[in-house]
Amino acid sequence: MRRATRAGGAPQRYSAASLFRHGLTHEDWERVWRTVEMRRSYDAVVIGAGVHGLATAYYLASNHGMGNVAVVDKGYVGGGGSGRNTAIIRSNYLTPEGVRFYDRSTRLYENLSATLNFNVMFARRGHLTLAHTDASVRTMRWRAEVNKLEGVESEVIGPDEVKELVPFMDTSTKTRYPILGALYHPPGGIIRHDAVNWGYARAADSLGVEIHQGTEVTGISTDRGRVTGVTTSRGAISAPVVVNCTAGWASLVATMAGVRLPIITHPLQAAVTEPVKMFLHAVVVSGSLHVYVSQTDRGELVFGASTDPYASYSMRGSLEFTEELATHVLELMPSISKMRVLRQWAGLCDITPDFSPIMGVTPVDGFLVDVGWGTYGFKAGPAAGEAMAELVATGKTPESIAAFDLARFEEARLVGERGAAAVGH
Amino acid sequence: MILIPCPHCGDRNSSEFTYAGEVHSRPSPGDARQGPWRDYLYGKDNPAGWTEERWFHGSGCGKYLRAERHTVTNEIRATRPEVGAGASSRTRP
Repeated sequence: MRRATRAGGAPQRYSAASLFRHGLTHEDWERVWRTVEMRRSYDAVVIGAGVHGLATAYYLASNHGMGNVAVVDKGYVGGGGSGRNTAIIRSNYLTPEGVRFYDRSTRLYENLSATLNFNVMFARRGHLTLAHTDASVRTMRWRAEVNKLEGVESEVIGPDEVKELVPFMDTSTKTRYPILGALYHPPGGIIRHDAVNWGYARAADSLGVEIHQGTEVTGISTDRGRVTGVTTSRGAISAPVVVNCTAGWASLVATMAGVRLPIITHPLQAAVTEPVKMFLHAVVVSGSLHVYVSQTDRGELVFGASTDPYASYSMRGSLEFTEELATHVLELMPSISKMRVLRQWAGLCDITPDFSPIMGVTPVDGFLVDVGWGTYGFKAGPAAGEAMAELVATGKTPESIAAFDLARFEEARLVGERGAAAVGH
Repeated sequence: MILIPCPHCGDRNSSEFTYAGEVHSRPSPGDARQGPWRDYLYGKDNPAGWTEERWFHGSGCGKYLRAERHTVTNEIRATRPEVGAGASSRTRP
């Protein structure tokens, strides 16, 4: 494999000193990543320039010296799920393999600014999953115990402690769904998702990876069960390895290689309010009320909900969603009733039967998948990228993702994360 | 919100219905091969375009129906009553 080098010298490093120098001299900032001519052949092609695709390319170049990689995307960097999620980071999952995997990702996120030399604004805020029923209190205890065994900080707390952490929350017993307790997960937090995409794109680019935006994959070529490359809207590329890192279009891309995935695509809607002074430190999630809320560093409240109840590729928002969301949020925090919603949007979520992702090899040699990320893909980006890069470079499936292979559906080894993956399933 | 023309009740909001997924034909119970059953359980076409799917009108007639819907625009061009063993509300999944 070719050692990665950057055409035109080393990339500009960001630092307080460089900011100061630019402030004084007003010289132009260098483009964050290059736009180069697409070549006809690479060591690997990654489809999808979101956090998963870019992280895979970055770790291929940085951990394995494989910089001769193209990341192609029909849209732009971070224009899909990676720029549409609610940017919540946590690792308080239910299954041991899930907890270990997301914990690795959380740890990579914590140090990502330093790793990428790009401020991704990770804020460790603490994460609260509210329980409104005895059944959910039981699941919280289960999750807390699994988390502790895996060395992840999580504990079940009562309504009084919830009130201490979030004073604006209605923890009285007069509500329709009184809060019985919560799973408190201190390492959870939020991040600036665009910065994560740009940071990975810039760092990968500086190691030789080429990012081709506006390049739609129209076909995947195979020869005797082996992948040989892709055809795109800008011509054909030959490559011995093709990694499908798309979300929303994962089934369609896999079908091009003749691989049928157990995925249904559902839209998920989110909304933000106008910015206000900081009052909500923790990330608050309520499964029973189908809502999660956090306050960004800019002061906007970011809301997410459950997926729309039918399969669709439509990314239009609905009034139904905003109404339902407002009802549920006000049930938790009645004092924010005067706040106005600024905008709402939708992203596509690829839901698998066991609410766990699909990572690894497929029946087509050299065609790898990192898909099925449902409503939990963004937080997993770094760990998934790291593991997929190892798989591409070594040809061996890393232990951390072995449980999430495509063959599990044939062999009845499903990884049941339904209880902890998202809300309202 | 999608407006679904229920063949029994007329145009109704999709919130009255439960989405029951793509139509797949079940392998014969006499077929013991793993592949067809696995595909029946988990395999999905998940197309971006026209697809035939089942909906259950729980807050209406309590019957299943078939709809042809475009998954990108959510347009529904045809609906018809479900026939055969899956039509009754007693077999609701």
